[in-house]
Amino acid sequence: MAKTELIVSALENGTVIDHIDSTQVFRVLQLLNLSQSSETVYLGSNLESKKLGKKGIIKVANHFFADEEINKIAIVSPNATIIEIKNFEVVKKTKVSLPEKINGIVKCMNPNCITNHEAVTSRFTVMQQQDGTIKLKCRYCEKFTTGENITFK
Amino acid sequence: MKNKNLISITDFSKEEQLHVLDVAESFEQDPRQRILTDKVVATLFFEPSTRTRLSFESAANQLGARIIGFSDAANSSTAKGESLKDTILMVSNYADLIVMRHPKEGSSRYASEVAGVPVINAGDGANQHPTQCLLDLYSIRKTQGRLDKLDIAFVGDLKYGRTVHSLTQALCNFDCTFHLVSPVELKLPSYVKQTIKDHKLEYHQYTELADVIPTADIIYMTRVQRERFADLMEYEKVKNSYILNKAMLEGCKSNMKILHPLPRVNEIATDVDDTPYAYYFQQAKNGVFVRQALMALILGAKQ
Repeated sequence: MAKTELIVSALENGTVIDHIDSTQVFRVLQLLNLSQSSETVYLGSNLESKKLGKKGIIKVANHFFADEEINKIAIVSPNATIIEIKNFEVVKKTKVSLPEKINGIVKCMNPNCITNHEAVTSRFTVMQQQDGTIKLKCRYCEKFTTGENITFK
Repeated sequence: MKNKNLISITDFSKEEQLHVLDVAESFEQDPRQRILTDKVVATLFFEPSTRTRLSFESAANQLGARIIGFSDAANSSTAKGESLKDTILMVSNYADLIVMRHPKEGSSRYASEVAGVPVINAGDGANQHPTQCLLDLYSIRKTQGRLDKLDIAFVGDLKYGRTVHSLTQALCNFDCTFHLVSPVELKLPSYVKQTIKDHKLEYHQYTELADVIPTADIIYMTRVQRERFADLMEYEKVKNSYILNKAMLEGCKSNMKILHPLPRVNEIATDVDDTPYAYYFQQAKNGVFVRQALMALILGAKQ
């Protein structure tokens, strides 16, 4: 474990995605399409966290994400922190922020929605609920997709 | 409103909705105005709906427009596997306006994005049916002389009835009070109730139809469908609770009117038809004037 931590901390250049909801690490991986990455990708799940109890962490070497790309993960893990590292130094640390719109990533949970029957780019307006969780309103069928029902196309 | 799409009732502001009703009123006084003689209207009915289609086609005919289209997807190239996008792009070349009904939710919004001409949604699955909503508003205003501060009772299937959802949302602009009568299984969805709360308006829920008859200005009836029940025992218990008959109307307000999107099965007994409270057939007639108004406004023949 100590050795792993050492390797993980030793990112020279790249991005650390910290404070991921521990149940969502694999969805974040999927959302950022990291299974296709040719760079080194570290993944930690169920790590101890003072803030969250348990957390997940993903480190990607030599890759920096555009805000638009990285903010997508806020729909599954709104507390995530993005840390950019250059020459072993933290150069930027930001919290993800919820995008207003999500296009083309999420599948509408309504089986009768046109986006599940024709080649239509899915489009959602992102809305935050009172308990902090988010719901996505489909531009087409106007139904809400929430929580565990948020799956990716 | 020239070239505007009408997909969801919320696409039109309160002012625009009222303007449609005013223009519809002018068509009620003079329905045969041949102001669309140079226009072609396509009515694309990917699922059958006789009432809505005939109402649109009658409206277009009375304005002198030509109509093309189909009344069943089996009669269109959809049956050959053509995508909705291709059908809409093709029809856009032939018509000045598309009126469409489709079984998939969101299909009309999508069609409006790909069509080169305006689209009127005549029903997309269980989602929206905005022209029904406008004709309901028209009928309420006509019978009550106003839309503001009315007591509106919705009865029956409030969970799946899309006309109830959009009409509730539209009436929230007019400070109405809502009386919601339904079996427990078919209560109004929470997102619609939230709209009522957001407007700081009142709603009351009931399971007995008799409770709302003395206070209602409008009783909007819908059909409780057997297939909506997971437990058929529950259906058997409630199936006769939401049937309105003439005897029940004693003690109602004199201005009260009964609306129904039709077709009715047995939820309004036929003995109600001859009372002064029955308004559902006139309501369907009003649909023609409202659709004339929409077509004339969207095609720019009326301002």
